[in-house]
Amino acid sequence: MTAVSQANNSLQQASHAAIDTQSSEFLVFSLGEEEYAVDILKVQEIRGYENVTRIANAPDFIKGVTNLRGVIVPIVDLRIKFHLDKVEYGGQTVVIVVNVADRVVGIVVDGVSDVMTLSPDQIKPAPEFGVALSSDYLSGLGSLDDRMLVLVDIDKLLTSEEMALVDRTAK
Amino acid sequence: MDITEFYETFFEEAEELLGDMERHLLELDVDDPDSEQLNAIFRAAHSIKGGAGTFGFLVLQETTHILENLLDHTRRGELTLRRDIVDTFLEAKDMLHDQLNAYRNSAEPDPEAFERICKTLKQLALDELGKSMGDVASGASASAQPAPPQPEPEPEPVAEASVGAGDEGNALCVALLGVDDKDRELLVEELGQLGEIREQRGDAKRYEVILSTGVSTDDIEAVMCFIVEPEQVQISSVSGGAASAVPDISAKKDEAPAVEDKPAPKAQAPDEPAKPAAEKAAKPPAKVQGGKNKAGGESSLRVPVDKVDQIINLVGELIITQSMLDQTASEFDGVTHSALHNGLNLLQRNARDLQEAVMSIRMMPMDYVFSRFPRLVRDLAAKLDKDIELVTEGKSTELDKSLIERIIDPLTHLVRNSLDHGIESPDKREAAGKPRTGKLTLSAQHQGGNILIEVIDDGAGLSRKKILAKAEANGLAVSDSMSDDEVWQLIFAPGFSTADKVSDVSGRGVGMDVVKRNIQSMGGHVEIVSREGQGTTTRIVLPLTLAILDGMSIKVGEEVFILPLGAVLESLQPNEDDLYSMAGNDLLLKVRDEYLPVIALHQVLDVQQARTKLTECIVVIVQGEGRRYALVVDDLVGQQQVVVKNLETNYRKVPGISAATILGDGSVALILDIADLHRLSRRKAPRRSNDQQHQLVQEVLPS
Repeated sequence: MTAVSQANNSLQQASHAAIDTQSSEFLVFSLGEEEYAVDILKVQEIRGYENVTRIANAPDFIKGVTNLRGVIVPIVDLRIKFHLDKVEYGGQTVVIVVNVADRVVGIVVDGVSDVMTLSPDQIKPAPEFGVALSSDYLSGLGSLDDRMLVLVDIDKLLTSEEMALVDRTAK
Repeated sequence: MDITEFYETFFEEAEELLGDMERHLLELDVDDPDSEQLNAIFRAAHSIKGGAGTFGFLVLQETTHILENLLDHTRRGELTLRRDIVDTFLEAKDMLHDQLNAYRNSAEPDPEAFERICKTLKQLALDELGKSMGDVASGASASAQPAPPQPEPEPEPVAEASVGAGDEGNALCVALLGVDDKDRELLVEELGQLGEIREQRGDAKRYEVILSTGVSTDDIEAVMCFIVEPEQVQISSVSGGAASAVPDISAKKDEAPAVEDKPAPKAQAPDEPAKPAAEKAAKPPAKVQGGKNKAGGESSLRVPVDKVDQIINLVGELIITQSMLDQTASEFDGVTHSALHNGLNLLQRNARDLQEAVMSIRMMPMDYVFSRFPRLVRDLAAKLDKDIELVTEGKSTELDKSLIERIIDPLTHLVRNSLDHGIESPDKREAAGKPRTGKLTLSAQHQGGNILIEVIDDGAGLSRKKILAKAEANGLAVSDSMSDDEVWQLIFAPGFSTADKVSDVSGRGVGMDVVKRNIQSMGGHVEIVSREGQGTTTRIVLPLTLAILDGMSIKVGEEVFILPLGAVLESLQPNEDDLYSMAGNDLLLKVRDEYLPVIALHQVLDVQQARTKLTECIVVIVQGEGRRYALVVDDLVGQQQVVVKNLETNYRKVPGISAATILGDGSVALILDIADLHRLSRRKAPRRSNDQQHQLVQEVLPS
């Protein structure tokens, strides 16, 4: 589980780094060849993918629930949600545990690369097309030399109706 | 520190005190009241008044103040109790409760209700005390009371027109401090009834009335206290002078009744009167007594429920960790690692003890529920003109707090039913050769991991004929050959009532079905035993707690699920001959002359790699919400206590699943909801033949 420990290390470094009020920090993760990023303040921890109990009659991208130190946490596979061709579970597969809307949710990604600081001029508005991923769930595109990071608004995405994670009656 | 932080504590304490007050009032023997009980009632009122004053709940303080004064007279034997007086006290207690609730919701109590109760209490005080004072009036009492020092020189009594010939006592100077005109008129009139007014003079700040009376200063003060604060009154004796003023009461009498409606003024006397000191000095003994009483009982600690729940959660974690260790250690050799195994055994025992101890914190005695029934029964019996004796048994039986709060409503409903429909009127009872007084018994007892609560009446019992006729009229499927048990179950059908006429107590038929649903939602069930002419017993069986569940773990394919043990009737391996198909797709299993629908868990929950040949599987006969069916699983794994974890905290309600738990290996297992599983299976059935997984999923998920 070296990927996880590396990622957790960089998380720690990030929290020690001086916080620039203008820039924001993002956790960069990969889904296949694509690079995505989420606001680091939403991230609670990173762990390996293991011991997930399947939930019957749930959408396929909801892998099930797992035990996170006594708390039952649903696990969502973003690769399935974003229609990636290759969905494999291996040693590099990690789960990013995020805190959104008073809930704890784990998202499965192919890997976590690093923590990036993006200044406002590095964040471009998201284009208004997107079939698999509506631009509603994006907070923008991060441009970093020759890399493009898709900045996911994890709050909006996970509480959206199509994710079916939240009971409509409850929220 | 912000005083509002203590509000909650006050509310809780006041609520308890009101509960005590009600209990004592109900137990009170009107003809021969126990002084200890009267003291207890007084102390409760006094404590609430003190708290209300501290937190500035003026209306509450005012009401308790008036009540307290009345109670004070009662405990000193100056007010003779009657049933209707106790009723008034109970009414006042209810009013206090309403006021308390209003404050709790940060609202002002209903001013009209406040005025009404004040008026009732004041009227009671004037009527009763005036009368009894007339009885006890004698010159001796006044001189025996130490009169407070008079700060101002004695006003010379001025002799006027007539001299009271039969003047039976000494003259008193009653000084009213900072009393407004209206109240003053009222007070003067009151004083006129207690004795003869010889002279009155002064202004709003200080108004003096010279009174010739045989009533003691204390009694005068007590009467006036219903209208003004005690510190607004000063009473002193006037030496000599037998002259009495010609009272011009007649002129004032006309206005007086209207004045009485006014709530007592909240304004404090602007002067620094000498009286409060005496008043305060008199109070501490009562307070000390109250304090002692508390200390004498069990000492307790107020802890917020979420803190307790957190401990319960942590202990649950500990248990899981312990069983994980156990599982790992079982791979080691028992001989070479005996110390490790011994240690783990010890850990297991300690962890279980700890869990039990922690769970017991959440337990509350059934008395919490039962204690509200004496009042209900008393009021209802009076309303229905029935004589009813209430007996409660097993008050100390403990039940989880969350359950105890939810059992109140169903139980209230059952008690109302018993009183209204069950127990007959005294005349009817006599004609049937039964004692005129009906008996209603509420009992609670532990039975294994369950609690058994019974509501027993010795009334008319259920009429089999009536129920069957009614059920038929309601379009329910009935037959004369149904067993009694089945007939009784009919009354739990929605809209069912055999009452001849609808009363405001019960009979509208919305009820028993709700009772049943409520109890089932708590994981319990309800049954009825009844014999016509001899009474009805309603039995409620509930699990002791919702946080821990006795479960049976089962395996389907590679997945483990937990079945609530309470829902499991039996398990068996089906025989090919006992399986019957119906309409091509549905399967029925014959178990001892009963055909049960077969539901395969792997089909309902889409489990892969499950055994499909029924005769190789295990069938568990389960029952939920009255439905019985055969659930097909691969294997039974074992029986264990599991800690129930909510799925909805971070996820959502899952069809067919009630909650989740964590197994010994740290993985999550889902707890099956027997009734919901049945519904789910029926919803899925039409699609199953098409074998369209996606459609299935969409249909199951509410869109």
